[in-house]
Amino acid sequence: MKIRDLPEDELVVGSFACAGCGGILAVRLALKILGPETVIVTTPSCLLGVTTFYPQLAFKVPCVNVTFPSTAAAVSGVVAGLKRRGKEHITVLGIAGDGGTVDIGLQALSGAIERGDNFIFLCYDNEAYMNTGVQRSGSTPLGAHTTTTPVGEMLKGEDRPKKDMLRIVAAHDIPYAATASIGYPQDYLRKIQKAKETKGPAYIQVLSPCPPGWGYPSDLTVHLARLAVQTGAWTLAEYEQGKLTVKKIDHPKPLREYLSLQARFAHLI
Amino acid sequence: MREYLNGNEAVAHAVRLARAEVVAAYPITPQSTIVEEIAAQIARGEMEAEYIRVESEHAALAACFGAAVSGSRVFTATSSQGLAYMFEMLHYVSGARIPMVMAVANRGLAAPWTIWADHQDSVSCRDTGWIQLYVETAQEALDTCLQAYKIAEDPRVLTPVMLCLDGYVLSHTEEILDIPSQEDVDRFLPPYRPQVLVDTRRPVVFGVGAGPDIYPSFKKAQQEAMERAKEVIKRVDEEFYAFFGRRYGGLVEEYRCHDAEVVLVTLGAITGTAREVVDSLRREGAKVGVLRLRALRPFPVEDLRESVKSARVVAVLDRNCSFGYEGVVCTEVKAALFGLKQPPSVIGFVAGLGGQDIRKENIEGIFRSCFNSDV
Ligand SMILES: Cc1ncc(C[n+]2csc(CCOP(=O)(O)OP(=O)(O)O)c2C)c(N)n1
Ligand code: SF4
Ligand SMILES: [Mg+2]
Repeated sequence: MKIRDLPEDELVVGSFACAGCGGILAVRLALKILGPETVIVTTPSCLLGVTTFYPQLAFKVPCVNVTFPSTAAAVSGVVAGLKRRGKEHITVLGIAGDGGTVDIGLQALSGAIERGDNFIFLCYDNEAYMNTGVQRSGSTPLGAHTTTTPVGEMLKGEDRPKKDMLRIVAAHDIPYAATASIGYPQDYLRKIQKAKETKGPAYIQVLSPCPPGWGYPSDLTVHLARLAVQTGAWTLAEYEQGKLTVKKIDHPKPLREYLSLQARFAHLI
Repeated sequence: MREYLNGNEAVAHAVRLARAEVVAAYPITPQSTIVEEIAAQIARGEMEAEYIRVESEHAALAACFGAAVSGSRVFTATSSQGLAYMFEMLHYVSGARIPMVMAVANRGLAAPWTIWADHQDSVSCRDTGWIQLYVETAQEALDTCLQAYKIAEDPRVLTPVMLCLDGYVLSHTEEILDIPSQEDVDRFLPPYRPQVLVDTRRPVVFGVGAGPDIYPSFKKAQQEAMERAKEVIKRVDEEFYAFFGRRYGGLVEEYRCHDAEVVLVTLGAITGTAREVVDSLRREGAKVGVLRLRALRPFPVEDLRESVKSARVVAVLDRNCSFGYEGVVCTEVKAALFGLKQPPSVIGFVAGLGGQDIRKENIEGIFRSCFNSDV
């Protein structure tokens, strides 16, 4: 899919996301591929907060909000309910932030993947709990300053490496899983397309920079999403038919280029 | 058709007869045999439904929520720890006005661990916005399950119903049951046709966020629906009677209360024993009666007041305790009678926790102590 071939129609309209929000861009792009025959199931996160506050509905598709741990469980319910009504052609898209995916939502996601339900799970990864004020999550990278991994005499930001969610998902023998970055939209959209065509569960985790959470000017979102890949801070990987492939970066840029643009890493530079 | 079945099997039959389309559940004693029986009915081809084998009770309710907003009649069941684990979803489902039915095979809560009956689990969920109906027999469990769908789905109610049956005492004890025919149930309970549901041609949001300006109006609507549910519960019980020849008093069931000086208020299965005690004390000339609350929420204030009109003392038997105060039903009864011109005195008894037997002698003791009390 070429970018210029994407449909003009917007399915995300009128959100209150910050300027430069990588997360809302990830969802907007995904819906361009998935189209109007989609149901979103989502959970407390920035996304819910900026799209579905009464009387707002910033999606032109139905949206089922559920409790924080339950995205994938509610997905299973929607899949079953649509099946009963003979509407299996509708794509059920679970969306959660990294916290809602790799931490509190992990059990439900594991259950739904293992049940083999037909759905796509999109994790927009901004590497912390943004909605509640930038606390660390299991997806926060090593060294990052967050409000619960501050920098001081005794602690220098996050002291544990980022959870490798792709391998966790792959361990379920999921039909399709991938990581992506909003800085590489063509790659991302191809993966969304693949997920759509997959029979059974598909998982995509897309790096979605967050200006206030990471501490950078909002015009750098796409730039950082690219730099993350170019410096090797984020990998573009795909898991298909039991095989994991990782996009090789031949001449990685120095990590410093990526880190030095973000306040969350200022203490490391 | 008459069959010899226990309370859990009774519920499973009711769920089949109600044509529930999606069932999501997680095992826990003493509930498990409900969902095992449902799984078996589906496996044998007697029931046509999706069975979602979820990984937790929290997920069970989330999956039911997802299926319900997609247009399905849903069912789940749990007990004790499982119900406690669902707490977040309980509020969510009622707040989103999802009309579903959940059976709770009542069991005490750990610690210490117990698998035996008391009402601590469901009573602790009193304020979650669910209608709570407590049954006395396996037959009533079956019948109330069918009624519960009709109550929950009534457009004036749209509130989930918790069907509470005492663990083991009802869940695992067999009785001869009358199982209604599918044709009759179909006439009593038409298919679920929600007014709003997941529809790509008409996108809506379920579980919306709400600011302080609008949030209270959602909550007020919930409260008003609960108030309306009182009439609906009574009416559905009468309709059920017209179809099947059985009824349970709507919100409360009186036994020899009309002239009773002492009325014992109960929930659930223990009522049968209490009735026997009432009969034997009546033979001695003691004017006693028993009032079973079928509904704990909505709380039957008006019916309760009416039923204890002649009473000097109202005793309340609680199989639960609000630690730091008293049995919850006792507090509720006191509050309901407050402000009457000549209110009876209310005496609370907490008994039967964690499956401890409540014997006839105990109930007799309660009545006698009430006569002896000079309040
Ligand atoms: C059970 C529960 N615990 C905590 C919260 C508070 N909470 C709401 S959103 C959120 C963080 C969301 O983080 P993430 O999933 O990464 O999404 P983001 O906001 O970063 O996009 C938290 C902790 C909640 N709603 N429910
Ligand atoms: S805080 Fe970050 S994730 Fe949340 S809306 Fe703003 S940019 Fe997006
Ligand atoms: Mg996040």
